[in-house]
Amino acid sequence: MRIIGPDELVFGVDNIDACATFLADYGLIDAGEGRFEALDKTAVTVRDVNDASLPAPLKTSSLLRLTIWGVEDQATLDEIEAELSKDRDVAKAEDGTLRTKDDAGFEIAFRITKRIKLDLPAELINSPGATPGRAPNVIGSNQDAEARPRTLSHIVYFVPDIDVMASFYTDRLGFVVTDKFTNTGPFLRPQANDDHHVLFMIQTPPFMQGIEHLAFHMQGPTELMLAGSRMVEKGYASFWGPGRHKFGSNWFWYFNSPLGTHVEYDADMDKHDGEWVEREVPMSKEAAQLFLFENVEKWAPTGGPPPGKG
Amino acid sequence: MQLLCALTDIPDGGSKGVLPGPRGRDQGLLVRRGDTVFGYVNNCPHYDRAPLGWKKDEFLNGTKDRIMCAAHGALFQIEDGVCVIGPCLGQALTPLLITVEDGQVFGERA
Repeated sequence: MRIIGPDELVFGVDNIDACATFLADYGLIDAGEGRFEALDKTAVTVRDVNDASLPAPLKTSSLLRLTIWGVEDQATLDEIEAELSKDRDVAKAEDGTLRTKDDAGFEIAFRITKRIKLDLPAELINSPGATPGRAPNVIGSNQDAEARPRTLSHIVYFVPDIDVMASFYTDRLGFVVTDKFTNTGPFLRPQANDDHHVLFMIQTPPFMQGIEHLAFHMQGPTELMLAGSRMVEKGYASFWGPGRHKFGSNWFWYFNSPLGTHVEYDADMDKHDGEWVEREVPMSKEAAQLFLFENVEKWAPTGGPPPGKG
Repeated sequence: MQLLCALTDIPDGGSKGVLPGPRGRDQGLLVRRGDTVFGYVNNCPHYDRAPLGWKKDEFLNGTKDRIMCAAHGALFQIEDGVCVIGPCLGQALTPLLITVEDGQVFGERA
């Protein structure tokens, strides 16, 4: 099944103006009707909590109403419809989008992806011993870089039973487990995406079920830190980071959000293929990151004036 | 007790962060209802290092009748800090001792 990854996440909120401001400040582009897009048109959409067109909410604090997965082609949609129709209702919209629930009770949809193919440069670095990433006179630091999220990277759920949830995505939809935190949860990638994970889940009591965070890929660590530092300057609450994870190797910086979920910038995630053998370690602060930093106000040492001229 | 702010620094029905720590993060939050001020430590009981708001001085839900944790959407009663829905269900925010005198708000950790 050629599932690519999350295409769009839809929230029902009671503070739509605050959410819109947050998502625009985070760097997504306001496409109208509550839809905020990354450069490749993957998106987060915010609607009023009472919008009748939204699927019913969970009975928890989670404001996520729908996870829309993007797939490559109609053949994949047909496969998904045939597979999931075996044991649940699968609704088909006029545009061909399929909607149903997963085995944890999350509302999910599948559609031919709306993302566009990006053709953008990576972060380019110079490293002794390696061919320079940047030609002579090409400058690496750009205070004014746009630093926009490029694509929706992954979604993380709190779920009451990680085995039930993971089995649904592996056995029914062809996802692969890349790594696992014992007793916490597995990282999964679908067949049409080589990113380390587009889906991660964390075992919790049932009353906590919901979205834990969503993340967008940035160009690289520099734009990640530039974008994150701008969020701090605007007064947003940093939750965790910047730092670099071990599983997935992605740089991270998480923020609180008015959508009632953490929203992460990530960059430079590992890619895997069928040769990869999953690793498993107990979850710990040591296993969660290579290193962890915290933003501070800009400061610089100075030489000071010559003696007697201060 | 420490002077936190003037009563009028807090919008009526709104919230304000106070007690900035060494890195500038507010360690406490206040919610004003007329002449009454409720104060709590700015940390969700879900984790030991989880600030509640999403932006400077923004600690309430859209209808401004609950304190909201912007990490996972937990909602807390303004009057007693008890979590009514969310990952920390049944737990409560840590209150600050608050007094209001001559239009000034004073507080300290309980």
